[in-house]
Amino acid sequence: MTITALAVLAGGTYLMRLVPLLLAGRVEFSDRTVRLVELGAVALLVALVVTGTWFEGQEFAGWARPAGVAVAAAGIWRRLPFVLVVVLAAATTAVLRLAGLP
Amino acid sequence: MRSVQRTGSGQSRADVRDAVTVSVAVGLVGVSFGALAPAAGLSPVTTMAMSMLVFAGGAQLLVTGVLAAGGGIWAAVVAGLVLNLRHLPFGLALARHIGGGWSRIPGAHVITDESTAFVLARTDGEPGRARRAFWLLGLIKYGCWQLGTAGGLLLGASVPDPSALGLDAAFPAALLAMLVPMLRRADARRVGGAAAAVSLTCAPFLPAGLPVLAGLLGVGAAARRARPGGVQARAGTSDARCPGGRA
Repeated sequence: MTITALAVLAGGTYLMRLVPLLLAGRVEFSDRTVRLVELGAVALLVALVVTGTWFEGQEFAGWARPAGVAVAAAGIWRRLPFVLVVVLAAATTAVLRLAGLP
Repeated sequence: MRSVQRTGSGQSRADVRDAVTVSVAVGLVGVSFGALAPAAGLSPVTTMAMSMLVFAGGAQLLVTGVLAAGGGIWAAVVAGLVLNLRHLPFGLALARHIGGGWSRIPGAHVITDESTAFVLARTDGEPGRARRAFWLLGLIKYGCWQLGTAGGLLLGASVPDPSALGLDAAFPAALLAMLVPMLRRADARRVGGAAAAVSLTCAPFLPAGLPVLAGLLGVGAAARRARPGGVQARAGTSDARCPGGRA
């Protein structure tokens, strides 16, 4: 990651945090706009989760990784603590790889 | 610390405890970020700089994920910035609790999903409680995020092959855990389904990073059906305060 890219990301993020503080009281977003922004975040995160689960670049990532994520999904559904969910996912994938599954 | 507890009685003590709980959870996400970032080609210095200067867990993981998949750097940055657009409404909602003047300059930097949820849940009670909650969480969380990132870097460096430990599965798992609370509403689930379909369809053809951005097209799935029902007037925008207790 270049310094320029990092600066753009950091600077842009900071401005998006600061500007509404300066504009507060003068500007208001409609509920619809706020919801669209939230849904944009949902779309990006879902897209990242599914592509990150199944793909490594343009190639299939192998079965060990999606199996780990599936175990995590079950853990989330059972309302396990966050850390446990993450550790379970990694452990499942690691064990499957140890067993020879790619 | 003790004087704070005494003046604020039990409520204030509970706020401190909750802030620490949230921050520790966030710190653990920081650990996974620190452990995964080098695999995405980020140097330890860049990784730490990112945690200190960007301080937005979702965006940091998103950028790292896109880079790790071999995506272009600008696709990663654009995705991160789009994800952070949600700070605009967060900031408006929080503005009167942060205060005016120069305190806004450092205050802005510690606005996150969690601080929004945390502070807006503490606007009742004694005067000043929400503002104290904002700074309390902001500072503790900032510290935990840096410690977590550093710890993750050390952890990652001590492991020769991260894929043997399944860290590549930990990453989507962590994001999924952050994501699920955001899917409570039907329009979010429609958008999520559409985003998944679009991004998976183009993943084999587009360079890494772009399928994630293409997922934004999924937002169209919300607008189309919201209209005929005529349910635009949704009261209370704060229930979608997502990543409950996470980056």
